[in-house]
Amino acid sequence: MAEGLVVSLHQEGPIPLAVDLKVAPGETLALVGASGAGKTTILRSIAGLHRPVQGRIVCDDEAWFDSGRHIHLPARSRRVGLVFQSYALFPHMTARGNVAEAMLDWPHAERSARAAALLARVHLDGYDARLPAELSGGQQQRVALARALARDPHVLLLDEPFSAVDRPTRRALHALLREIRQSSAMPIVIVSHDVEDAAQSADRICYLDAGQSVEQGPTPAMMNDPDSAFARWLRGNA
Amino acid sequence: MDWQALHLSLLLGVLTIVILLPIALILGRWLATTRMRGRALIEAVLTLPLVLPPTVLGFYLLVGFGPGSPIGRAWTGLFGGALVFNFKGILLASVLINLPFAVQPAQRAFESVGQDLRDAAATCGHSLWHTIWRIELPLAWPGIVTGAVLAFAHTLGEFGVVLMVGGSIPGETRTLALSIYDRVQAFDNPAAARMAALLMFVSLVAVTASFALGSRIRRRG
Repeated sequence: MAEGLVVSLHQEGPIPLAVDLKVAPGETLALVGASGAGKTTILRSIAGLHRPVQGRIVCDDEAWFDSGRHIHLPARSRRVGLVFQSYALFPHMTARGNVAEAMLDWPHAERSARAAALLARVHLDGYDARLPAELSGGQQQRVALARALARDPHVLLLDEPFSAVDRPTRRALHALLREIRQSSAMPIVIVSHDVEDAAQSADRICYLDAGQSVEQGPTPAMMNDPDSAFARWLRGNA
Repeated sequence: MDWQALHLSLLLGVLTIVILLPIALILGRWLATTRMRGRALIEAVLTLPLVLPPTVLGFYLLVGFGPGSPIGRAWTGLFGGALVFNFKGILLASVLINLPFAVQPAQRAFESVGQDLRDAAATCGHSLWHTIWRIELPLAWPGIVTGAVLAFAHTLGEFGVVLMVGGSIPGETRTLALSIYDRVQAFDNPAAARMAALLMFVSLVAVTASFALGSRIRRRG
C-alpha cells in the first residue's frame, strides 16, 4: 500500500469517467483539459461531494470511496482542503471566522489564534476582522486557501485557482503554492483549463478528454512532447 | 372596537405562525435542496392557496374537515369534538392556507445560500445540522422572518376561509375581519372603520418590515 492519493474511477454514466491517478506525498498534479472533460467531477469525487458509480479513492491507505466494498465517506469525514472556484467563503463571517470554521475538532480557545496564524501564512495579516465582501478577489482566494489548510488536510484540492484573477494575483498564488509545497508533504491536485499556469505549479500533468485520463506524466515531458494528444489539444487551443 | 375579535385574530395569527414556522423551515429547505422529480408538483400544490378563491379553499376545507370526512372522523376519534365551526378548525385551516406565504420565502432564502456554501461547510467538517445552524440559518433568517410576517398579516386579514370553516361565532371563530363585515351589515360604519384602520395599520407595518428585511438580503447579496 502506498501513501498519497490514489484515484481510480470507471463508469459509463451519468458522467462517463475512465480515470487512474496517483499523486505521491508532496507532489502536485494538474488536471487539465477542455471544459466538460470531467476535471471538476473528479475533484468533487475526491472531496466526497460527488458519489461516482464505480471506482476507488484511497488517501494515505484509508479508503474514502470503494464501490466494491460499499464505502463512501461523506465529505465531512475526509481530510480534504478544497479551494472552490467561487471561493465559497461564508459571507456573514470574518476572514478569521471563515478559517476557524474549519477547525471544529480543535479546542475552542485555540481556534482564533490558529486562524490568525493561518491567515498570516497566506500573507493576510491584519485582515482578520474583514468580511469577505470587504476583500479583493485575490484576498478572498487566500482566505479560502487558509480555510482549506485549517483542517490539516491529507490532500489539497484547488478548483480553477488561476481563472478570474489578474496576473499579479496569479503570480502571488504561484509563490504561495510553492511555499505550501515546501512546508507540507500533502498531495495537491489542481484543476485548470489554463495549461501554462497549471504547468508552473505542477510536478505532473494529467490530460483529460471526455472523462478519460488520456495522458499523464512529468510536467516537462508532457509540455515538450510534440506528438502527444495533449500537445495536439494545446495546438488546437492556440 | 370588537376587542374579543381582535384578541381572537391575534391569537389565531400567533398560533398559526408558531405551528407554521417549523413546517416552513423544513419544507422550504427541503424544496431548496432536493432534486426529486415531483418537486414541481409539490410546489404547485403549495402555491394553490395563493391562486384559488378563498371560498373554493374554504369549501374544500369545510368538506375535508367535516364530521363525515376521514379527517373529521379521525379527529373526533382522537380528541373528541368536531373540527369545523370552532377555533381549532380555523387554526388548522389558517395553517394550510398560509403555507405558501411562509414556505416560499423560506425556500427562496435557503436557495440564495447556494450549494457552494453547503459544500464548503461539508469540506470544513460540518454535519448537516451544523451547516444549517452555523451557515444556512444566519444567512436565510431575513427571508424566513419575512414569510412569518406575511403569514401573520394574511391571517389577520383572512375572511373567506375562516367564514366557511368557522362561521362567525363570537369568541370562537369571529375574527376582526369577520367582525368588520358584521358591523357593516349592521350599518355600524364607525366601528367598522376603526377596525379596518387597525387592520390596515398592522398590515402596513408587517409589509414594511418584510420589505426592509428583503432589502437587507439584497444588500448582503
